Amino acid sequence: MITRFLWRGMDRNLRLFVLLVLALGIALPVLNQFVPPGSALHVPSWVLQLVGKYLCYALLAVAVDLIWGYCGILSLGHGAFFALGGYCMGMYLMRQIGSRGVYGNPLLPDFMVFLNYKELPWFWYGFNHFWFAMIMVVVVPSLLALALGWFAFRSRVTGVYLSIITQAMTFALMLAFFRNDMGLGGNNGMTDFKEILGFSVQADGTRAVLYLVSALALALGLVISAAVVGSRFGKALTAVRDAESRMRFLGYRVEGYKLFVFVLSAAMAGVAGAIYVPLVGIINPSEFSPANSIEAVLWVAVGGRGTLIGPVIGAFIVNFGKTWLTGALPEVWLFALGALFIVVTLLLPKGVVGLWGQIRARSQARKARASA
Amino acid sequence: MLFLRQLAFLLSTLASVLIAGTAFAADLPALVGGLTAGSFGDRETAVGALAASGDARAAPVLEALAAGQLYVRKSDNAVLIGKPDGNQLALTEAITGKPAGSGSEAGLDRVRVNNRLRGIIEAAVGSLTLMSPDPRVRRGAAEALFKRRDASSLGALDTALAAEKDPRIKRSMSEARAASVLASDAPTAQKLEAIALVRARADRDSLGVLVATAASATDPEVKAAATAAAGAVRQTLAAWEAAQNVWYGISLGSVLLLAAIGLAITFGTMGVINMAHGEMVMLGAYTTFVVQELIRTSAPHLFDVSLLIALPLAFVVAGGIGILIERGIIRFLYGRPLDTLLATWGLSLVLQQAVRSIFGSSNREVGAPSWMSGAFQLGQINVTYGRLWIVVFSLMVFVALIVVLRKTPLGLYMRAVTQNRPMASAMGIRTPRVDALTFGLGSGIAGLAGVALSQIDNVSPNLGQGYIIDSFMVVVFGGVGNLFGTLIGALTLGVVNKFLEPYAGAVLGKILVLVFIILFIQRRPRGLFALKGRSVE
Amino acid sequence: MNNRSTSALLYLSGVTVSFDGFKALNNLSLLVEPGEMRAIIGPNGAGKTTMMDVVTGKTRPDSGEVVFDGRADLTKLDEASIATLGIGRKFQKPTVFENHTVRDNLLLALAGLRKWHRLLLAQPTEAENQRLAEILSIIRMEEQQRMLGARLSHGQKQWLEIGMLLAQDPKLLLVDEPVAGMTDVETETTAQVLREINKTHSVVVVEHDMSFVRALGVKVTVLHEGSMLAEGTLDQVSADQRVVEVYLGR
Repeated sequence: MITRFLWRGMDRNLRLFVLLVLALGIALPVLNQFVPPGSALHVPSWVLQLVGKYLCYALLAVAVDLIWGYCGILSLGHGAFFALGGYCMGMYLMRQIGSRGVYGNPLLPDFMVFLNYKELPWFWYGFNHFWFAMIMVVVVPSLLALALGWFAFRSRVTGVYLSIITQAMTFALMLAFFRNDMGLGGNNGMTDFKEILGFSVQADGTRAVLYLVSALALALGLVISAAVVGSRFGKALTAVRDAESRMRFLGYRVEGYKLFVFVLSAAMAGVAGAIYVPLVGIINPSEFSPANSIEAVLWVAVGGRGTLIGPVIGAFIVNFGKTWLTGALPEVWLFALGALFIVVTLLLPKGVVGLWGQIRARSQARKARASA
Repeated sequence: MLFLRQLAFLLSTLASVLIAGTAFAADLPALVGGLTAGSFGDRETAVGALAASGDARAAPVLEALAAGQLYVRKSDNAVLIGKPDGNQLALTEAITGKPAGSGSEAGLDRVRVNNRLRGIIEAAVGSLTLMSPDPRVRRGAAEALFKRRDASSLGALDTALAAEKDPRIKRSMSEARAASVLASDAPTAQKLEAIALVRARADRDSLGVLVATAASATDPEVKAAATAAAGAVRQTLAAWEAAQNVWYGISLGSVLLLAAIGLAITFGTMGVINMAHGEMVMLGAYTTFVVQELIRTSAPHLFDVSLLIALPLAFVVAGGIGILIERGIIRFLYGRPLDTLLATWGLSLVLQQAVRSIFGSSNREVGAPSWMSGAFQLGQINVTYGRLWIVVFSLMVFVALIVVLRKTPLGLYMRAVTQNRPMASAMGIRTPRVDALTFGLGSGIAGLAGVALSQIDNVSPNLGQGYIIDSFMVVVFGGVGNLFGTLIGALTLGVVNKFLEPYAGAVLGKILVLVFIILFIQRRPRGLFALKGRSVE
Repeated sequence: MNNRSTSALLYLSGVTVSFDGFKALNNLSLLVEPGEMRAIIGPNGAGKTTMMDVVTGKTRPDSGEVVFDGRADLTKLDEASIATLGIGRKFQKPTVFENHTVRDNLLLALAGLRKWHRLLLAQPTEAENQRLAEILSIIRMEEQQRMLGARLSHGQKQWLEIGMLLAQDPKLLLVDEPVAGMTDVETETTAQVLREINKTHSVVVVEHDMSFVRALGVKVTVLHEGSMLAEGTLDQVSADQRVVEVYLGR
């Protein structure tokens, strides 16, 4: 039943795309691990890490798109869910350091020793277990989304108001996480991780597996999103996006629809953040900065909102551009980013995927004319 | 405090020159000589004797002693004051203050002091300066003695009180005397009288005196009176503190109002969400910077009016850029608020980076004209002129805006277009032009805000970012489309913020306010002063 | 509030709604019997749309009772609950879901599943397919069932919306100015359709167009300044001196 549910939502393009993601997920680690470094086909580890990062961003983008593209709710706070997932993972990784920290305290992470903590704060309990941390990765962002969404949707806060509220939420969280007495590492965040499930996070092999996991997570995220969007629920969801009050007068309680998608989307963002943290080796409060969340929205806009392939493509394009530009012409990057926001909203409201559709439609029309 | 002491020192040096040659002159060298010899106990006596001499010239000597800068020259036993001057000491004669060349520590003996002695010296200096001809010095000395509450200064105070003419200083002195009485073993009746006097003063220092008295008094009557008085003073202090917080809150609120009021126009009446609004504020601040730079290099005498020159320029710069933004980007996005949000966010990034490229990313120095610096006391509320002017300015901008909206043709057109666009268009109003001008007006006001904010915030490319969320909160909280709501919203949020700060800390206070607004919007999605009716749907 | 039992399908008593001091509805009382079709007329600002808003839960009255089907207190329910109770509303401007196919539009309107968690795993049932086929044939849109709402003509949208109302199958149907901007022929067709619908549903029609109201041939309620001015057949109310004054001015 579940597999049918998952399978049904995908059209041919999306199935191909998911297969592509999976193929990429397997091929690169193989080329990294089993092809000797001298070979032309060898993929260096830094590429693996970089692409793995992009895959996490892509999953975040799919999450943003699910709520924005399909439900019309522009969340400017998804970076917060991403970061919360990351912090849950970070807490697990901190606990794994054990007595190998600078201060050698078997129980307390270094920053707590430094800040004169005498015992572990209550919310750190359980994070020494991987399974517990993984549950929290999903639960913590979901709960926040549930609380915020429950309040906001019930009182019919919509449009830009909701966007500003989500931005204020991530801003408030950023301020909170910057505080040392939050017990979560203050402005330094968490870093110097040693191992995950007993494997060294620095080791190439672990990196390769993490990369594979990020590809799998993206594929799974796409499949779940497709299933939700393709179901009768998805039809109702887009109807809510297009004409909310009409749906109410048809007897739909739209709050439930929005809330489910918001929570699902937050959970996906949390998972993306959790995989991201061991890949890059650090999590700090700047992940909560409003600019990060809105950048994730840009990925979706560039790729094409309201499609599932679009956000993935958008995340890759923008982040590849960012990596390249910040390296080559750092002062140009913010100009480029800003201009991209303007150009995409003014000229490419359907994103790259939409543009591709337009070009194809036009060439087909030309062909039709030529053959006529 | 330090400043006061330095002032007292300077003035007493001056005074010492004036009084030189009075009756005390003869004993002074001997008394000063007594400071340099014997045990710490002997020095205490000597300090007491100097204080009793009432010779103001002794004050700098004692000050130097307390600071560890009093020396005895080994060669001739002359008492000198030595101030560090590079590796050497710049020497002056202790009593006359005449320069005595320079020397190294090798040829000098430093007169040693301990903390106990330092305390006694401070009190002695206080009682010495009580007789100073300068009223400010006398007042400062009385205040210092009040805080010291030392029974030994009673005599000096009595002498000074008898000679004092100025009623305000007299009051200060009798308060200091009361504090000293409380520290002495005077009879209960006198102490009770003193408590009443200290209680009437009702500030933080008097609370200290009363609490100390309550703790140390052996007489139960005195103890009870001091405790009761301390309680009363605490209440008065709490009231003043609340008043001070209200003032801080109003001050913060006026900043929020300035930042939000332009947004109230663009977002509130046009429904355009402009995430680059903060950057308009930033451009206003940088305009101020440029104006001040030009004045500094070419016309320094105009510095005091630099802000007045910057105001219209900032309005024109920010307003002009606002009109460009409206014509170039926003007009294509009407009816797509979320896209407007994204495009203007992008714009804000571009503007920030542009300013960073031109002016650099570090903070720029914007000076305050003389009429905006300094402060005054209103009761126990400390009011700085800078803040006061910003409050006044924000209210002026607010009133001006109301006048523009109500009394000018542009205001009439604006209201017409926001209420019924097709109808306004049919009446021959050029709606695109009104849109551009409205947006320009909102942006121009943001530029004005930038001039004011340049006085209290760091002028950096990130200046605007800090205000955007707050501004939206103010507009939404006050009720979209209602300017008076924005005014009330800004002041309320400002005051609430300042009242939360002492309990929760600045950051947590801000978070609490954000959470409060988020919850508030749930209750009243249209804000405090919402427009009701069919037209809003 | 006493939920008095009444035989009326819709019962409004003493309903008042004010916007910033302006009373859009002023102590309005109205009764609609089961199976009835009622026309509500009145000049601009008489409170017709506000009345609809109150009944469908969009606006909360300041005071007064609104009871549906003798038991449900509509002032306490939200739009979705009221719609689920069986009150449908057709807006003046046809609103169909533009990014959905005709068939999906009808599917969304179809009475039954409304809860989000049910819809996640819902499979189309035989009964639903049958009902959809029926409605598609009634509104004669079998051909266009895969077409997106956005690509329909204005007339097709009107038909689709009627189809959606049939799918929703409400006990009471509120129709807001159904013939605004229509040709005479279309107006006549719409009147026929409404009469057809009225065979199985109660209907309240708000309308300006007198010839249309005449064509419906039903009991008329005249609203003025938020209160009921007159009630009766169209001829009766047309003869009423106060109604003439309101419409023509003194």
